[in-house]
Amino acid sequence: MIEQYLYLAAILFTIGAIGVMVRRNALVAFMSVELMLNAANLALVAFAWHHGSFDGQVATFFVMVVAAAEVVVGLAIIVSIYKTRRSTSVDNANLLNQ
Amino acid sequence: MIGLEIVDPVAATGLFGYAWLMIALPALGALLILGFGRFLGKAGPALAVATITGSFALAVALFVQQLAAPADARAVSVPLYTWFSTGAWQLDVGLLVDQLSILFCLLITGVGGLIHVYSLGYMAHDERKGRFFGYLNLFVAAMLVLVLADNYLVLFVGWEGVGLASYLLIGFWQHKPSAAAAAKKAFVMNRVGDLGMVLAISAMLAQFGSSAFSEVNHGAANLVGPWPTAIGLLLLLGACGKSAQVPLQAWLLDAMEGPTPVSALIHAATMVTAGVYLVVRSHAIFELSTVAATTVVLVGTVTLLAGAWIGCAKDDIKKVLAGSTMSQIGYMMLAAGIGPAGYAFAIFHLLTHGAFKANMFLGAGSVMHGMDDDVEMRHYGGLWKYLPVTFWTFACGYLAIIGFPLTSGYFSKDHIIEAAFGQSMLIGSLALLGAGVTAFYMTRLMLMTFGGAKRWADGVHPHESPAVMTVPLVVLAVLSIGAGAVMNWWIQEWLEPATGAHAHEVDLLPTPIGWATMAVVALGVLVGWLVFGRREVPATAPQGNLVARAGRNELYGNSVNDVLVVQPVLAMSRAAVTTDAKGIDGFVGTFTDAIGGLSVAGRRAQNGYVRSYALTMVLGVLAVGAVLILGLVG
Repeated sequence: MIEQYLYLAAILFTIGAIGVMVRRNALVAFMSVELMLNAANLALVAFAWHHGSFDGQVATFFVMVVAAAEVVVGLAIIVSIYKTRRSTSVDNANLLNQ
Repeated sequence: MIGLEIVDPVAATGLFGYAWLMIALPALGALLILGFGRFLGKAGPALAVATITGSFALAVALFVQQLAAPADARAVSVPLYTWFSTGAWQLDVGLLVDQLSILFCLLITGVGGLIHVYSLGYMAHDERKGRFFGYLNLFVAAMLVLVLADNYLVLFVGWEGVGLASYLLIGFWQHKPSAAAAAKKAFVMNRVGDLGMVLAISAMLAQFGSSAFSEVNHGAANLVGPWPTAIGLLLLLGACGKSAQVPLQAWLLDAMEGPTPVSALIHAATMVTAGVYLVVRSHAIFELSTVAATTVVLVGTVTLLAGAWIGCAKDDIKKVLAGSTMSQIGYMMLAAGIGPAGYAFAIFHLLTHGAFKANMFLGAGSVMHGMDDDVEMRHYGGLWKYLPVTFWTFACGYLAIIGFPLTSGYFSKDHIIEAAFGQSMLIGSLALLGAGVTAFYMTRLMLMTFGGAKRWADGVHPHESPAVMTVPLVVLAVLSIGAGAVMNWWIQEWLEPATGAHAHEVDLLPTPIGWATMAVVALGVLVGWLVFGRREVPATAPQGNLVARAGRNELYGNSVNDVLVVQPVLAMSRAAVTTDAKGIDGFVGTFTDAIGGLSVAGRRAQNGYVRSYALTMVLGVLAVGAVLILGLVG
């Protein structure tokens, strides 16, 4: 049974990673990051269930809390960028290069 | 090897305690003139003349006291202070006023004083006159340190001091590139000789634990193995540099770029004879080494012929006299190398030469003064009518240098030639030949300058120099004629305690060698007259044969230096520069270039695109994962 969960988690993680790499829109990239986090959560829960311990489930809660905080900060940044540039393309936000 | 008795100096009493004043007076003069010349103004030259006159008076007073003292109490040591004292080393500064050094003091302050007076006239129109007199005083002070020092280290201080003064005065007209170059050349060639001096003094300190003359004289007999020869040859190297002896002779002819009084004082009468003084003063060392003493004889003989050769071919009146100076110092070196038989004669010739050569150099200066500073003898001719005092005083110097009977040069040179015949037939014959050539080139100089018809351009009006210049000439002319006869029967006995030489019988009637010398000299004069007196001297130099051309080019001494020293050193420095630029910088450069290249490559990765950073991170994670999995599998 565990394999199916892990396959699903790997597929979700891969979709998320590819999304971060290929999409220019900051919001979509942000969603892809969330997808990767949740793929990791799924794997943690699956292993916890498989080993009959709560450790993985506890870790999942931590991840969710941190993700929530990250969303707050991240969305604020994206909104701020959009306000100044009228665009959410991550390729345009390359000022640090200079 | 002859054991020589060593006479220890007695402690100074009375006036001798003030011997340091002889040095201090001109030193103070130099300090005041060079340091505060602006405030002294016209008083500077007068101050210089006054200080040197004071030194001369003191030297005469000391000399008179020495004459009155018994023979074993004439050498007086005047300890002054301790220079430095560290561990087992203690180096004292002291003066040694003995029979040898007092003669030098008289020569330096006496001839030096006359040349100071002469310079008042000669340099009257030079705007840097004050500085010139400051340098002259500096030179006299340094030269007195050299001859009065009681150890080699203090002697070396004076030795370097006269080198400095010589450099400053050769390059006095520094706006002329040739003068600046000549000054540098003299300085650098003297450094080569000084290397020998430094090594010799170091060897003495290592062997005797002291550089004092008395310690060296006492300890010399205990030297073993190659030490006497080594020290002797190193001292000779120093003497060659200072006295312009072959192979370090090339600087003296260029040194004539300096003002003429300088040529007379430094490059004829005093400084260049310091090498002879050094050899005579170090007689205890040279007595122990036949090799070193023979080398001195060889150097002297070669130089006396080379100088005479150059003197025959040059048309520049000062360069003829410079070649002649080299040649006469060669005679002194030859005598000093012969040993106890020759020391007194070397000093004798040194003193008479100091008088007659200074006389002739100042005479040449007087001629130049009247001829608008032209030195080319082919532009002179018939000057005896226009410069009577210069002509007659110059003639006295001329008679002295060729060794006309009963003039000063006759006595001193004749002794050296006889001593040379005592050494070997070959050396004696060469010295005799040198006397003949000397007579030839001096006759040539006299006839080209004062004889014949006038050859100068229309705008030139030759005129006699003022009295301030002619009076020193007259005094020196009297010395040129008379000094020999005064000292001839006296100087050997006088110098015996200082040089360890035993007096010879001196007779007024010439020996067969003396007659031969006179015949050779007469022949030289005759040939000179036949070539330059009977017919007109061409106003431009004829091309000349191989011998004349070699002489005109100073026997290719500069080319020899160029090939043996200058070019190799240049090649070495070029090689060093190449090694530095290509080898060392190239090697270090490889690393900096590599780091620079890596940084440029690293900078390119920082492109500012979030997505490319994400790709890099993913690839990194994949790589780490792959390594972990492979680790588990393997």
